[in-house]
Amino acid sequence: MPDAKPLSFQVPAPAVRPGGTPDFSDVQISRAGEVRRPEVDAAPEDIRDLAYAIIRVLNRESEAVGPWAGLLSDAELLEGLRHMMTLRVFDARMQMAQRQGKTSFYMQHMGEEAVSCAFRKALEPGDMNFPTYRQAGLLIAGGYPMLDMMCQIYSNELDPMKGRQLPVLYSAREHGFFSISGNLATQFIQAVGWAMASAMKRDTRIAVGWIGDGSTAESDFHAGLVFASTYKAPVVLNIVNNQWAISTFQGIARGGSGTFAARGLGFGLPALRVDGNDYLAVHAVAKWAIERARRNLGPTLVEYVTYRVGAHSTSDDPSAYRPKTESDAWPLGDPVLRLKGHLILRGIWSEERHKQAEAEILAEVIAIQKEAESHGTLHSGPHPSARDMFEGVYEQMPPHLRRQRQQAGV
Amino acid sequence: MPRRTMVEAIRDAMDVAMQRDDNVVVFGEDVGYFGGVFRCTQGLQQKFGASRCFDTPISELGIVGAAVGMAAYGLRPCVEIQFADYMYPAYDQIVSEAARLRYRSNGQFTAPMVVRMPTGGGIFGGQTHSQSPEALFTHVAGLKTVVPSNPYDAKGLLIASIEDNDPVIFLEPKRLYNGPFDGHHERPVTPWARHPLGEVPEGHYTVPLGKAAVRREGAAVTVLAYGTMVFVAEAAVQETGIDAEIIDLRTLVPYDLDTIAASVEKTGRCVVVHEATLTSGFGAELSALVQENCFYHLEAPVVRVTGWDTPYPHAQEWDYFPGPARVGRALKAVMEA
Repeated sequence: MPDAKPLSFQVPAPAVRPGGTPDFSDVQISRAGEVRRPEVDAAPEDIRDLAYAIIRVLNRESEAVGPWAGLLSDAELLEGLRHMMTLRVFDARMQMAQRQGKTSFYMQHMGEEAVSCAFRKALEPGDMNFPTYRQAGLLIAGGYPMLDMMCQIYSNELDPMKGRQLPVLYSAREHGFFSISGNLATQFIQAVGWAMASAMKRDTRIAVGWIGDGSTAESDFHAGLVFASTYKAPVVLNIVNNQWAISTFQGIARGGSGTFAARGLGFGLPALRVDGNDYLAVHAVAKWAIERARRNLGPTLVEYVTYRVGAHSTSDDPSAYRPKTESDAWPLGDPVLRLKGHLILRGIWSEERHKQAEAEILAEVIAIQKEAESHGTLHSGPHPSARDMFEGVYEQMPPHLRRQRQQAGV
Repeated sequence: MPRRTMVEAIRDAMDVAMQRDDNVVVFGEDVGYFGGVFRCTQGLQQKFGASRCFDTPISELGIVGAAVGMAAYGLRPCVEIQFADYMYPAYDQIVSEAARLRYRSNGQFTAPMVVRMPTGGGIFGGQTHSQSPEALFTHVAGLKTVVPSNPYDAKGLLIASIEDNDPVIFLEPKRLYNGPFDGHHERPVTPWARHPLGEVPEGHYTVPLGKAAVRREGAAVTVLAYGTMVFVAEAAVQETGIDAEIIDLRTLVPYDLDTIAASVEKTGRCVVVHEATLTSGFGAELSALVQENCFYHLEAPVVRVTGWDTPYPHAQEWDYFPGPARVGRALKAVMEA
């Protein structure tokens, strides 16, 4: 090919890096209320447009508008706000505790609280989540004791995981919360397997798989979609697109594809995109997808468009890879402020009550934190024994581990 | 008592387990309608229906990952990886998930599941149908690794594995599927019908995990073997006339140190044999265990006879495979040391 021009290698890059002016002009945002709400049994091929739109309920005036609005009562909305506020305070306290050396590591949810808090309220008892590390709202909104969460984070004597897991990698079977791995994406196909089992046993429970935008690049994501679509498993497959995979912008995982939701189209799955910072929209879409699974209509892929305001974890500094003010420029706003604004507009909330609630929640979380710390923190106070380290590798301890435990002298 | 091939014994084990427990499900590539490329699941879909035995997409990661989810739900999946050589896409799900689920969730979730895979060479399968990756599993805390050498054990060990509450890697030496193979590839195949261990009882029985079997009692030297190499060792012993004690480990982890140590303390010599590559192979663990536990009884250094540290070749299969001649030379060397 003597006429061939040299090829060129292309690496996607975000619009802006530190020092630049935040720019989200490429994020196409549907107007609140604009996106249609199909019947739950709609054929996937008839709703392909939903993989490219963004389902939104709360508009700029804090009104709930459109076909996805009107599902939640005043009491449920107030409870939802409280869950998100609680998660935010919980995060702030645990983030600080990590800085104080009381634990090794923490991961907060700032900006993403609506996704897991609202989703949880659409589930039934017995349903099983296969979460990532940024869905603690499933626990908070599901009534899991914050004391147990903190004891896990502190790896103290009451840690339900006996000090074996990194902080925030909770497990809460009775609360429909599968053990978090720490290896990304592995849970996605497991959720499909759990759902397949539920269908095989003619159960009524459904599963929910969670994954982040970055880890959709893992093969487990692909396997999950293949198995879910092949066996029509009763599973909701959630992609939380918070724009950033540590320092890597979502375009590296997404490449030239239109949206993450659109990944589902090739599998014949209904694929919806939703405003992840809109509590009402998240809840409405969750309800839709969960009902679909429950009615044996098969899996749904949902992309939650949100923004990770905080660092990935306590081990990275976002100012090293994105403009400091980028989160302020995020066009979908803050989930807590948006729901608060809506409740005020509805006449069931006020600035004063919000401040009061913040103070109450802070006091409650601090009290629980004190109690948790009385049972030890990572480097001081009571903690799981070295003997515990050898337990639970197998159901029965095999002879070679018994010998090693003896060698360890514990 | 009926004589069965190893394939039939393995199929029978799944049949028995599926009859006894509705939670046992079997799936994998070509496993359902067709009954598996080695026929190990033949008839199970017909008998138990497609929700108990079914075909999967070609995704080892998907097979094992889905099995972990099913096991967490409360099923007992017994899945097939078509060849052990194909298991690498599933390795993360095996190592990071199945193996650690009980530990990391403090017992809230467990993974009672079996991953069956044909292993080993001797069928001119080249590098992608001949590997023996057992050491990649024995190195992982939380897994049990089983390698049967005959139909009787295969059935009993597989039932025990399915009933076990921990994840079990069940490696089936494919060259043994249809008959004992002693490495003499130039000779006609001996069928299991003419071997006493081809006698397989009907119905339910188990061979306990973690227990080795002494295949031949002897006083001169201990041979530690598993899978195909048990028969290769028998041939080498017969051909050299050395009075070796042959131990068939059956379960690699948890290993049966008591049986190993008792034998080496008696014989004072030890040869370790396996098909897998030498460096960091399971033989290294066995050799170290013997040295640590039996040092003052040893009359000679422990010797390993294994596959070479090369990919498994095609045309050179019998140069690679540690056959009876190589094992025999090692036995003599150990006796002369």
